[in-house]
Amino acid sequence: MKTIEPKSVTPIAETFPPPSISSWNHHHVLDLDDFTREEIELTLEITDAMSEILTREVKKVPTLRGKTIINLFYEPSTRTRSSFDLAAKNLSADTISLDASRSSIAKGESLIDSLRTLRALGADVVVMRHSQSGAPYLAAQHVNTSIINAGDGWHAHPSQALLDLYTIRRHLGKLADLKVVLIGDIKHSRVAHSNIWGMTTMGAKVTLCAPQTLLPYGLADFTNQCHIPNISIEPRIEVAIKEADVVMPLRLQLERQQSGLLPTLREYIHLYQLNEKRLSLAKPNALVMHPGPVNEGIEISLEVAHGAQSVIEEQVTNGIAIRMALFYLVAGGKSNET
Amino acid sequence: MRPDLLIKNALIIDPSQKTDRVADVMISQGKITRIGEKGTVPVQKDSIIIDVAGFVVCPGFIDLHCHLREPGFEDKETIATGTRAAAAGGFTTLCCMPNTNPPLDTRATIDYVKQKAEADGSVHVLNIGCLTKGRQGKELTEMYELADAGVIGFSDDGDSVASSRVMHLAMEYGRILHLPIIDHFEDNDLANGGVMNEGWVATRLGLKGIPAAAEEIVVARDIALAKLTGARLHIAHVSTEGSVELISNAKEKGIAITAEVSPHHLTLNEERIMGSPARKNKYLTYDTNAKVNPPLRTKKDIAALIQGLKDGTIDAIATDHAPHTSVDKLCEFGLAAFGISGLETALGCLMNLVHEGQLDLITLISKLTCEPAGIIGTKHGELGTLKPGCQADITIFDPNKEWVVDSQNFVSKGKNTPFDGYQLKGKVMVTIVSGNVIYHDTSIKIEGY
Amino acid sequence: MPEKTLMSPVDIERALVRVAHEIVERNRGAERLVLVGMQTRGVPLAHRLATTIKNLEGIDNPVGSLDISLYRDDLSSLELKPVLHRTDVPTDITDKHVILVDDVFYTGRSIRAAMDAIMDLGRPRSIQLAVLVDRGHREIPIRADYVGKNIPTAKSEEIQVQVVEVDGEDKVIILQPEKEVIDEND
Repeated sequence: MKTIEPKSVTPIAETFPPPSISSWNHHHVLDLDDFTREEIELTLEITDAMSEILTREVKKVPTLRGKTIINLFYEPSTRTRSSFDLAAKNLSADTISLDASRSSIAKGESLIDSLRTLRALGADVVVMRHSQSGAPYLAAQHVNTSIINAGDGWHAHPSQALLDLYTIRRHLGKLADLKVVLIGDIKHSRVAHSNIWGMTTMGAKVTLCAPQTLLPYGLADFTNQCHIPNISIEPRIEVAIKEADVVMPLRLQLERQQSGLLPTLREYIHLYQLNEKRLSLAKPNALVMHPGPVNEGIEISLEVAHGAQSVIEEQVTNGIAIRMALFYLVAGGKSNET
Repeated sequence: MRPDLLIKNALIIDPSQKTDRVADVMISQGKITRIGEKGTVPVQKDSIIIDVAGFVVCPGFIDLHCHLREPGFEDKETIATGTRAAAAGGFTTLCCMPNTNPPLDTRATIDYVKQKAEADGSVHVLNIGCLTKGRQGKELTEMYELADAGVIGFSDDGDSVASSRVMHLAMEYGRILHLPIIDHFEDNDLANGGVMNEGWVATRLGLKGIPAAAEEIVVARDIALAKLTGARLHIAHVSTEGSVELISNAKEKGIAITAEVSPHHLTLNEERIMGSPARKNKYLTYDTNAKVNPPLRTKKDIAALIQGLKDGTIDAIATDHAPHTSVDKLCEFGLAAFGISGLETALGCLMNLVHEGQLDLITLISKLTCEPAGIIGTKHGELGTLKPGCQADITIFDPNKEWVVDSQNFVSKGKNTPFDGYQLKGKVMVTIVSGNVIYHDTSIKIEGY
Repeated sequence: MPEKTLMSPVDIERALVRVAHEIVERNRGAERLVLVGMQTRGVPLAHRLATTIKNLEGIDNPVGSLDISLYRDDLSSLELKPVLHRTDVPTDITDKHVILVDDVFYTGRSIRAAMDAIMDLGRPRSIQLAVLVDRGHREIPIRADYVGKNIPTAKSEEIQVQVVEVDGEDKVIILQPEKEVIDEND
């Protein structure tokens, strides 16, 4: 209760529905493991509004004018970085992309020092990609600039999982009770990990399909300890994919074969490639998704990648909308954490 | 003439003599001269008297495994700071590992450390010599020469001896020295690149794990070689249930094997990496202070280790004190150095087990005193005992004193501890080395110190 | 807070009918109009105006909805961000007369933001503003072309428009401050 005093700026709240993103509780976006169902819903809703902007001729709104968003990428990436960059620019923020190999980071500057420098330069949000799991958590502990994790080691890639959820809901109208099948290198895939959190939170049932050497260690223990429901493992693709609503083959990195986790690519393709024959075992309107970049002919056949059920390209467009939503949520307002 | 020291009202627990009674202890000229019933010990005129009513008095702790970092890594620790930290932790004898720079693989380097310890050290420092030249795991060091220089054992600690052939040779060659060979039990192939225990926490954090088998394979191999050669084998920092089982079986067969475990492996499991109970974290942490080799394992492993202590499978507790600078630890988990600065928190966290009823006090003290002394042997005097006539190395601690760990206040240069902020119950109050009070808690006033 | 009803459902109905007539009169017919309602209550009002205009002239004009959260000038000072609704203007507005429809006209800042948003969607022939209630206290030089009712107010008072489509009933009420302290909510 306060006595009212004449204010020089009267907020225009009276002509609006009252501001109410009280369910949003994140200064950083590090992984989906601590997102409630409401927070994911909220993000998807805002993404909807953002995707409308992407249909306009002038894809720009002034929302983050004057804010600075810095991309700090320790791992090379064209698609994700461009996606974040465009998202920031669409919201009229100023953006800079730092490529670790060509900056002071390569000269041995520590991660924390680099972040402090960026904060001193006026960064409001730092988008970070790093090859070491946990790097953005270290950053978040020591610097209070908002951090958005664009991928850390094997650990998490929250914006990718969110855009996957958004894409699925756009086509299938819901997420609860859907059967989602992830195929391939689950162990080393941060996309798979964040998707496991996100999808199970929204009520989907996730099936993991991979050879044992590409499955995370102690999965049963992990799902138990972390109370993750609705996960099953099925190493045979023909069984896993039956009646699936969403099929998501993951990129197989060639070094997996080189480091001995697989005998040959040939055997992997023989056992796990998503081709038309196998896809026909899924539901007729099942979605084919892929985090990209796609290794055509390896984890997915050319026909399926470019087929009618593939939404791979749309995922890329949705990625920009999701990232705009995240920037809006994290940066579009007074920082409420010191 | 040094004044005599009288310790009054001591609750003396000396497992070496099976003592557990209240008495007074008289120290003169650096030796324990007399232990007697309250008031029966005659006192010289200018003796210093310390009343330790309520405290436990036991032989000074012996640490079979610690890293003093000198020569070569003086920014992490020096013999001076490391031994002072030892005193603060109640340790009166340290066995320091040779993975320095240069490594201690020749008489000259061992003598250097001996000299430095003589000059700068606050407690007794004993040496462990390298097993192979440069710790490369290829050629044996001059084991006889090193033994002559006084080493109490051989180790390439930090690295495993990858070649079974080399280990076999080392055991054969050095067998008649009767000094323990201390391997670092980690199969490189399996462990390569791993940064924590292989398990559900590693999956949660997206980190590469070191499976328990990586330790057990080398333990099994070395046991087989020890059986073959009759050499003495000492298992450093045991961490898994499987290893405990292997050691137990080997002992049953009469193989000359001893083993040690660290305080952190007895009290912390892998979940500690995700966050500290002493701090409220909003997000997951990747706590590099809990990054250690061998890694923190599971609750099941801890239960097996404690049982191993109780039934004698594990002979001693050793800190594996591994100080690092903040630069080495304040970075991404995968890049951080392995190691815990453990001398100053050892007693406190071990007392937790006593207070919880998992271990009794006498067993704990024996694992820190007479048992390690037994492994070292008597070449350097009679250690780990309060027998009258012996060197006065004494630890006095308050088993109930509550204190909060603050790494910034550590005597050691290494502030890397997973126990930071923990409330512990049990603290060293006075440490006496060769009859001199080397350390005392600020709450105690001792005349002349 | 004590409240007083200033417009009954019949008052609102009459005002909207008159405004619809004025729109048709000013624009000499109902061709090339696009009615854009401001989220939230401006939207049903825009639909009602479109219906009335259709009854008058027989022409079906497109109706859109506009969320201006992304154009607000006060985002930085808000503790919590507004929930975004999708902007949905189903037609090209270039060369059309855009009739912005809002429930309460106050400082003018939301209309400024709305004009920025409209300009991002195309190049209209004109933008005209229709409001149900004008409560005064402009902070920006913007005026309304069509006003349902002028209600002079004190800054400490609050005007609330309720519409059947959102609130279950039609009415316009004024809320006066209590004697000493005011609950500064929402």
